[in-house]
Amino acid sequence: MALLEVETLSKHFYEYPALDGLSIEVREGEILGIIGPNGSGKTTLFNCISGTLHPSSGRVRLKGDDITGMSANQVFHRGLARTFQLIQIFPGMTVLENMLMAVQERDGTMLGRLLTREPARVKARAHELLDYLGIDFLHENLASNLSYGQQKLLDFGMALMSKPDVILLDEPLAGVNPTMIQNLVGHIKDLNAKGNTFVVIEHNMEVVMSLCERIIVLSQGQQIAEGMPDEVADNPLVLDAYFGR
Amino acid sequence: MADLIQLLVAGVSIGAIYSMIALGFVLLWQTSNTINFAQGEFVVLPAFVMVFFHLILEWPFLPAFIATIVVSSFLLGWVVRKVLIARLLEQGLLPLIIATIGLALFIRYSLQVFWTPLGLYFPPVFPRVTIQLGSVSLPMEELLNLATAGLIIFAVHLFITRTKIGWGMQAIAQNRPLAAVLGIDVSRLVTLIFILNAALAAVAAILIAPIYLVKYDIGISLGLKAFYAAIIGGFNQIRGAFLGGLLVGVVETLSAAYISNEFRDGYALVILILVLMLKPEGIWGKKEEWA
Amino acid sequence: MTREGLLVRRFVPLLVLCALLVLPLGLEQYKLFVGSLVLVYVIAAIGLNLTLGYAGQISLAHAAFLAFGAYSVAILQPHGIPFELCLLIGAAISFVFGLLIGFPALRVKHHYLAMVTIGFTIIVFLCLRNFPAVTGGSFGIPGIERPDWGVVSFESDRAYYIYTLLWAVPALASAYWIKNSRWGRAFKSIRENEMRAEALGVSLRNYKLMAFAIGAAYAGVAGALFAPLLGYIDPPAFYIERSIQFLLIVVIGGLGRFEGPIIGSIVVVVLPEILRASQGLYLIIFALSIMLMMLFMPKGLIGLWDLFIERFAMPRDASRAHRAAE
Repeated sequence: MALLEVETLSKHFYEYPALDGLSIEVREGEILGIIGPNGSGKTTLFNCISGTLHPSSGRVRLKGDDITGMSANQVFHRGLARTFQLIQIFPGMTVLENMLMAVQERDGTMLGRLLTREPARVKARAHELLDYLGIDFLHENLASNLSYGQQKLLDFGMALMSKPDVILLDEPLAGVNPTMIQNLVGHIKDLNAKGNTFVVIEHNMEVVMSLCERIIVLSQGQQIAEGMPDEVADNPLVLDAYFGR
Repeated sequence: MADLIQLLVAGVSIGAIYSMIALGFVLLWQTSNTINFAQGEFVVLPAFVMVFFHLILEWPFLPAFIATIVVSSFLLGWVVRKVLIARLLEQGLLPLIIATIGLALFIRYSLQVFWTPLGLYFPPVFPRVTIQLGSVSLPMEELLNLATAGLIIFAVHLFITRTKIGWGMQAIAQNRPLAAVLGIDVSRLVTLIFILNAALAAVAAILIAPIYLVKYDIGISLGLKAFYAAIIGGFNQIRGAFLGGLLVGVVETLSAAYISNEFRDGYALVILILVLMLKPEGIWGKKEEWA
Repeated sequence: MTREGLLVRRFVPLLVLCALLVLPLGLEQYKLFVGSLVLVYVIAAIGLNLTLGYAGQISLAHAAFLAFGAYSVAILQPHGIPFELCLLIGAAISFVFGLLIGFPALRVKHHYLAMVTIGFTIIVFLCLRNFPAVTGGSFGIPGIERPDWGVVSFESDRAYYIYTLLWAVPALASAYWIKNSRWGRAFKSIRENEMRAEALGVSLRNYKLMAFAIGAAYAGVAGALFAPLLGYIDPPAFYIERSIQFLLIVVIGGLGRFEGPIIGSIVVVVLPEILRASQGLYLIIFALSIMLMMLFMPKGLIGLWDLFIERFAMPRDASRAHRAAE
């Protein structure tokens, strides 16, 4: 069974079809790459899945449950986490607080959150994750004081905190230097080996080809190709979409 | 029936003046994210300045009028922009709001303490005669106020939509960073908008002074009315500020006549709340990005 | 931060607070009245700091919430209902109306939200003025009595100061608790990055409603204590100027900082008293100070304390990164 699937999904902005009858499935344990020229609907796809936008038509299913049109926080509770194209952290809070914030709403009740503190193991996990990403030494710093690369890692770490079933990464390597790219790619591969499912939007072709087992190519809101990296790289439709007629 | 028409004309007439005040307010918000809590005081100060030139120095009307506009534009446009706003824009919305509140208090109480806490009389700008149209008596003053305000708003509309500078202002209002990147001198245009706002407020002051008393504290309710008008009419369209002002003027006048004095404000308010609930971008406004 | 620094940072504010709380007991009548007024304002400001400072929701409705508390006491107490019960009823009414205001807050932001809250304040004001049978209309309600427990009466200014203190301390303590709880963190996340907060499971609706409701409840408590302090209340005390006054208090003190409401209330209440000799001038000076402060110290007076900590309590080589987040 597909972990996450999208069925004839469409999203119109007034007349403009950003997504046009798209059907995709994400299999458990895979790293799926989504590529395509700018404006092909990649981020819109993520937005419709994660609840940031409501699709115009079609269905979104997570673990078999219909989550179409749910709000972002509801989707999060179902086990889907995502990052955004621009880093979206909480600048006025410390790194540790950012991490704790990324998981506190997952379980428990509103009242519980008022009356009790979180269990020590949650804090321990946050430190563990930060340490894994190499930024635990910064845990007391304000997130706004981190370098771009460090913020990227924090952003990534926040998506992992809640142990989601599937993680959507929107251009995780944008603006990142080559060393950090190796770093992040290494983490993604490692976490995938441990059983995490990723869907990655990326423009960095080298990385996409080596990281993703399967790639889907979008153009103008529709899927134009799908398959393993080599198949896709040679596909004339794909070359056409990127380089034009 | 004749009564109703008279009331409507009165309402639209004072409403047009409110529109001018609301217009400047809206332009400031659009181009520089400034919620000017001192907008009412921007009207009160020129009124006092006009009293100074016209009644104290006894200059004839036109020179006094021009001097007032110049002084106000300089003080409340250029100086406020350079000294206060320029630095505050980076600090965020709240420090800006608080600073304009401080400015309002400063102007208001300076006038009270250094000039007078009493209301000053201001002579009518237009002749106080009435025109008879059948059974309807219409004060000339109201018609001329309406015409003046209407013309000025129309002129501003033409300026914004037909001149290069005006297009620059529209560009800034829609997409500031892009405008800057395209070579538009954002800072200079924002200064111009501040000056324009001050000038509009000054003209409104001169038209409204004969109707209200010139007193240090009338800014409070005037500012609030401009705010209502802008919100009800539509914060992101000139047309919205204009129609919003008219609506506020009409509702105010009609309810004063037909409903007890005390609840007068209540009716404008109910409309306000309804608009905010049902069509938050304003009756004639365009939907903005909410996120 | 050095160990000494940590000590300074934690305990000095606490010491200052205790001193402030106990100090007025050595003063005479009028100063105790001012002291009580400061405490009342602190309680109300704590509420606004929660709504605006922590959750980032602009509210100019605070005067209306104050009114619910004040009028609850003024109207119910003469019917024999004990003061404490009136206070709780007032706080509950404020809480409910806070929720009501919270709903529009879910849909609109910034200047629109400011307008909705201003509108609410005006409507409440007009209602207070136009239903004289219940509220005394424009004349208000005189002769509000201070609580009397039989064995002890809180009639005198000194006694009433202590009574106000009995409510102020739990108010401060509860605010401190909320700030450090996961609710406090959730409020901050909404202020810092609403979109990411929602993507991380934060129910914007629930937390925003709570931010308004709880903030309003604090104002309700403050209002209930305000009424017997003055002895009489009338509608003008609860108009837009009052809301603006609370806004100034919270921003001048330090928005989103725990000590902010305390510092702000002291400045806004005590400063005019000190400057009273200058007559009208003090408002002009006050207005000027506000503008200067926003230009040079927009974080509020708490910024001075932060500078002090940075200068003296940090080891030489510590990076700026350690500046406290609250």
